[in-house]
Amino acid sequence: MNVDLTDTNASKIASALVRARRAAGSPAMGMVLTLIVVTDDENCDEAMRAAAAVTTEHPARILGVLRQSARGRSRLDAEVKIGNNTAGEAVLLRMSGELIRHAESVVLPLLLPDSPVVVWWPNDAPDDVASDPLGNLGQRRITDSANTTRSAKTALRTQAKHYVAGNTDLAWTRLTPWRALLAAALDQHPVTVTSAEVEGERGSPSADLMAAWLQSRLRIRVMQRSTSGPGLTCVRLLTRHGDIAISRPSGHIATFTIPGEADRPVALKRREIAELIAEELRRLDEDEVFARTIKAYVKRVATAKTAKSGKR
Amino acid sequence: MIRNAENPLRDPRDRRLPRIAGPCSLVIFGVTGDLSRKKLMPAVYDLANRGLLPPGFSLVGFARRDWVDEDFAQIVHDAVKEHARTPFREEVWRQLAEGFRFVPGEFDDDRAFEKLRETIDELDEMRGTGGNFAFYLSIPPRFFADVLGQLKEHELATPSGASWRRVVVEKPFGSNLSTARHLNDVLSEVFPPEAVFRIDHYLGKETVQNILAFRFANAMFEPFWNAHYVDHVQITMAEDIGIGGRAGYYDGIGAARDVIQNHLLQLMALISMEEPVSFDARSLRIEKQKILSAVQLPERLDLHTARGQYAAGWQGGVKVGGYLDENDIPSDSRTETYAALRLDIDNRRWAGVPFYLRTGKRLGRRVTEVAVVFKPAPHLPFSETATEGLGQNAMVMRIQPDEGVTLRFGAKVPGTAMELRDVNMDFAYGGAFVESSPEAYERLILDVLLGDPPLFPQHEEVEASWRILDPVIEHWAKSGRPEAYPAGTWGPASADEMLARDGRVWRRP
Repeated sequence: MNVDLTDTNASKIASALVRARRAAGSPAMGMVLTLIVVTDDENCDEAMRAAAAVTTEHPARILGVLRQSARGRSRLDAEVKIGNNTAGEAVLLRMSGELIRHAESVVLPLLLPDSPVVVWWPNDAPDDVASDPLGNLGQRRITDSANTTRSAKTALRTQAKHYVAGNTDLAWTRLTPWRALLAAALDQHPVTVTSAEVEGERGSPSADLMAAWLQSRLRIRVMQRSTSGPGLTCVRLLTRHGDIAISRPSGHIATFTIPGEADRPVALKRREIAELIAEELRRLDEDEVFARTIKAYVKRVATAKTAKSGKR
Repeated sequence: MIRNAENPLRDPRDRRLPRIAGPCSLVIFGVTGDLSRKKLMPAVYDLANRGLLPPGFSLVGFARRDWVDEDFAQIVHDAVKEHARTPFREEVWRQLAEGFRFVPGEFDDDRAFEKLRETIDELDEMRGTGGNFAFYLSIPPRFFADVLGQLKEHELATPSGASWRRVVVEKPFGSNLSTARHLNDVLSEVFPPEAVFRIDHYLGKETVQNILAFRFANAMFEPFWNAHYVDHVQITMAEDIGIGGRAGYYDGIGAARDVIQNHLLQLMALISMEEPVSFDARSLRIEKQKILSAVQLPERLDLHTARGQYAAGWQGGVKVGGYLDENDIPSDSRTETYAALRLDIDNRRWAGVPFYLRTGKRLGRRVTEVAVVFKPAPHLPFSETATEGLGQNAMVMRIQPDEGVTLRFGAKVPGTAMELRDVNMDFAYGGAFVESSPEAYERLILDVLLGDPPLFPQHEEVEASWRILDPVIEHWAKSGRPEAYPAGTWGPASADEMLARDGRVWRRP
């Protein structure tokens, strides 16, 4: 059921949630976390849809924070949704006026008691998400460098600069199937990798992170090359016995090459946002591997800069 | 399998990376059967779709059909389209279908097994399956000896170098202690014990695994998980369907052998066992075996067991026939379709707490649950009229459907008088959550390919459960026909009397 509240406040929204749950006949809550979605007019529908899809795996209370015009008097409208084929409840909070600078005051009383809070910026995120008043409420903060209005490179660099435990980026999540395949390849062929090449769409933050991950794990030189995409297109591990490679020029099906064997197709579809968020919500503690990868990435950026200025 | 610490891309802290099986392939005998089409093939596809199968994974079918590889692929395609849990994706399908092979033949046909051997060698060479093969015997147990003998003779059962060969069998693991031992002899003659995987699909269910999490990850429940507070435990697995097309298998086997010997005794062991030192296969088995060896049958089997056979009746608005009316069932069959018994556990934790196990077909509804029923409070400072509606506290683990946990306790009825009544507090895994959680067979097949045995019962457990059940079945064999109960009800009157003798009643699940 849907309930629209106009010119409202947090306590009215909270009682609307209880009323809606009662009306649905099931006053018990099975929700495991609160997911705050910080979005804008343009991306709101899509983000809320993806968040709702995630609740099938992680029953959650979704709080959509939609900041509208800063002008005029402070005003809060809310849309409460319960049921409608989701295993949780969703509230879209439309804010305008001075209130948009105090969104956390609306969100704080609506957090589920004593359970984890995750904040997700589907598009633009503040530079330092951990000290952002909304980001500060969560123990997990999800950004998406590939989907911001600024350049993906800048976005990833900014996130890396302000990285603290609990931050994560969907550009990293997108790599999981690739990383799994590469690890499986080395399970099968325990050979020494001498160097590696990563090819991806120009500015693809996932390609940057893949290169950084390989470098931090294998302690080898990793070259990067730009292609027309989409996204990450090829990872090649060079060994004395030949190349181990995964190449995905189409974005759907990839070719898996291993020395001494025929090439094999492997399914490596680019995943939907909802699947990525679902993966993120499976672990809510610090992702230590990501932390190390970010460190290696920062180092790579620094080295690249020195190399450039050296050339000059 | 190579799951080495030396792989520099693996890090134990990297928990995003799934466990992907190493290079391998699965050979299914009896690939045309129901189980294979409805469960195994879809599970293989779902695993592939989740990216958990290695590149080059191959699936070999073996059956008495005049098929070529393409016919087989078509059968798998249809089975996957109809029964898979995850959406059908063409690219995943194409990748998987490249590894399909079919070997036609009888189980005693040497040429067919020679062909199987060639197929396997070819797969090793073409697809890099690395000599790692799991043989899934989805066939009636009477053919096991033939197939295993052939595998041995054609040197298919012995791995070379670092590769592995495993065999997977489904219940029934024998029909009594001696046939179970015989089956084990047949298996162990060809495969070492660690290469034999017995599938009890119940143990692959998320909710069954959650029993362990519930008991051993929480501090709150342990203090009352013993005879001081628990009055008794009821374990129920009820089905609303009849035997359907399984007459050939079911008649002469019956409910006790079909369900109690494996599923219910395993559930009972998980509910009652002590904390294992770790969750590896060996530690779990030690605890389960300890509890199964402490199980005592009642002295008077006539008073503390019950059995029944469904008669014609109305089941949920549909008129259904009785067991004896089913196709291929002899009209004088004495096979029970309902079985209930009381078991006691002789140890410090459970002395004096009866465990009531029951299962049946054509019962009120389909449900599997474990109900732990607590003793009444020692003193109630309320008037007698106030507590009339108050029953015993209970904690119910709902295994299927509607997976979750229910806590039943007393609460005050709103109003000016003090009146108490039982209420339920429900935890649900969430309606949709269940849909996206993997099928038991997915988990179990992946575990076979990974060589990870904790969820598979070992031969010792199988023997221990037959030791418990054999005297009951022998007693029944000597005491006439099972009592008829109308389809769609909760079993025969003797089952209710059996609990009434102990001053208890069955929960209506």
